Amino acid sequence: MKPLTPKRLAWICGSLSVVLLIVVVISLKVGAVPISVIDLVASLGRVAIGQSDQLPSEYSLIVFDIRLPRILLGILVGAALSVAGTGFQALLRNPLADPYVLGVSSGAALGAILSLIITSRASFAMPLAAFAGALATIAGVYFLGRRGGQIDTHTLLLAGIISASFLSAVIMFLMTTLSGGELRGIAFWLMGDLTSTRTPVGMGWLFTVLLIAIGAIYSTAADLNLLLSGEQEAMHLGVDVPRVKLVVYVSASLLTGLAVSVSGAIGYVGLLVPHVMRLLFGSDHRLLIPATAIGGAIAIVVADTLARTIVSPTELPVGAMTAMAGAPVFIYLLRRRLQ
Amino acid sequence: MSNATLNSSAASTARSPAPAELRLSVEQASYSYAATDRPAPLFTLEATSLQARRQELVAIVGPNASGKSTLLRLISGALRPLSGRVQLDGFEVGKLDPRTRARRIAVVQQESPLLFPVRVDEYVLQGRHPYGQALRFETAADLAIAEQSLTQVGAAHLRGRWMHQISGGEKQKVVLARALAQQPMLLLLDEPTLHLDIGAQVELLQQLRSLAQSHGYTIVVVTHELNLAAEFADQVALLHRGKCLRSGTPADVYRRDLLEQVFGASLEVEMRPSGRPHVTPLARREDLRF
Repeated sequence: MKPLTPKRLAWICGSLSVVLLIVVVISLKVGAVPISVIDLVASLGRVAIGQSDQLPSEYSLIVFDIRLPRILLGILVGAALSVAGTGFQALLRNPLADPYVLGVSSGAALGAILSLIITSRASFAMPLAAFAGALATIAGVYFLGRRGGQIDTHTLLLAGIISASFLSAVIMFLMTTLSGGELRGIAFWLMGDLTSTRTPVGMGWLFTVLLIAIGAIYSTAADLNLLLSGEQEAMHLGVDVPRVKLVVYVSASLLTGLAVSVSGAIGYVGLLVPHVMRLLFGSDHRLLIPATAIGGAIAIVVADTLARTIVSPTELPVGAMTAMAGAPVFIYLLRRRLQ
Repeated sequence: MSNATLNSSAASTARSPAPAELRLSVEQASYSYAATDRPAPLFTLEATSLQARRQELVAIVGPNASGKSTLLRLISGALRPLSGRVQLDGFEVGKLDPRTRARRIAVVQQESPLLFPVRVDEYVLQGRHPYGQALRFETAADLAIAEQSLTQVGAAHLRGRWMHQISGGEKQKVVLARALAQQPMLLLLDEPTLHLDIGAQVELLQQLRSLAQSHGYTIVVVTHELNLAAEFADQVALLHRGKCLRSGTPADVYRRDLLEQVFGASLEVEMRPSGRPHVTPLARREDLRF
């Protein structure tokens, strides 16, 4: 027998982190203003030893004020959405569950926009409202998706898709009623991508809360493995099912709410990344959750880099890239596995 | 959703503590599915009708919707009785926390679909879950116990295979191995012979019989196979429309008039030299005239 060992976990997460680092360096390098790797490493080195004031100002501006914050935001958002997707998939026993497909992202976006209308500026209320919107949506979809007391895969997806389209319609309605360029700008950003530097909460806060939420989901990893065979089965194997469900639903909604409040409803990351990681490393959540977090970060950074370079000097929304780039990879891996 | 009601006819009476070897005691346990539109009570379990000792194999038989699975779920602690109680070794199963319960009671359910592919050895290791901490990695002892469980059910050769690529009979063995890895005192099986051919059915029951003997498990099996139950069970409980009509040795329970009334068919019950009854369905004469 070959069960998961701490060594294997560390090895895989370490390798994925190296891939993430390489992707980040490439992403810092490419763009409308090309920067050589040597300059880049030298700049990063200077910052690391506390000599950032000696940097050439244009590098400093491009690398540290424009590209790096965007990449860091992408890393956090990618990890959050992917882990939220993994959590929803395990709880709903549905490999197609994802914050976007289930309408949870739309619920979070609606909450964020409502808070903007009420407070008329981006503030701490925004991620909280997004979290509330996400939680309310998953609760609604969960109850709509039940048939005869059981979660039904198809009914659930249908409930999610219908909720998403309904919530998007409400968002559209609210957007037309908004006045003032700034509010409209923020509303478009919520539909969208990582370009805004105007996040409602500081990066430090975002990082801390996401880490706690991912940690909470990770603490149930062994239980989630058993939930895959059904709640009854998990209960017979010693899982405190109601507690696990509460922890994961709340944490996954928090992750979605935060991700949406800073970057809009980026779709399919929470669907594709867990799938790819599962195909590569199996479905043990003790490995899957950290692998998915790092994998989600890689996916968003790659997608965003492509989004801002592929049709340079214009840019695509990163959400369009995640949908376009993810699907073929997924189909390839799935077919390879089936063979 | 099936609509069954477990009901008790008399108030539960205080009983003296069970003798040491008595493992399972179901006392006037009742249950009613509340959220149904049909209020008719369907399932009654008579007082003190089910007790099982160490090494005993109990079969619960009866027609469809007689409450067999409900009774099994009460015993497993998945449902809490509305009145009466279900005790295992003197503890009420419904009051045990999930982990403690999973160390004492293992349940082999009717087929449950697997969402994501899982290998046989990983599946069996799930049985060690109630013994671990939240994120703990399996110890060498866990691996040894899982391996031993697979060997016990004669499925050690399946170890590295995928669960979705093995046959129904093989799968049933692996599911049983996972239950054994829980090292329970009580083993519950819900229609384990459902999709098995006759050879695999006999093999499974023989295996359960010898496991009960060698490891001291108390085993409760819900089954439709009257003759398998008669052949292998120490005790049979016959359920009909939510009532436990009779329980006792197969010879006590398998009365022709009783079985004919319960199953609504013409049956012949013969007592074999082994002292165990055998049931043969009879075609009615009028049915044979075309």
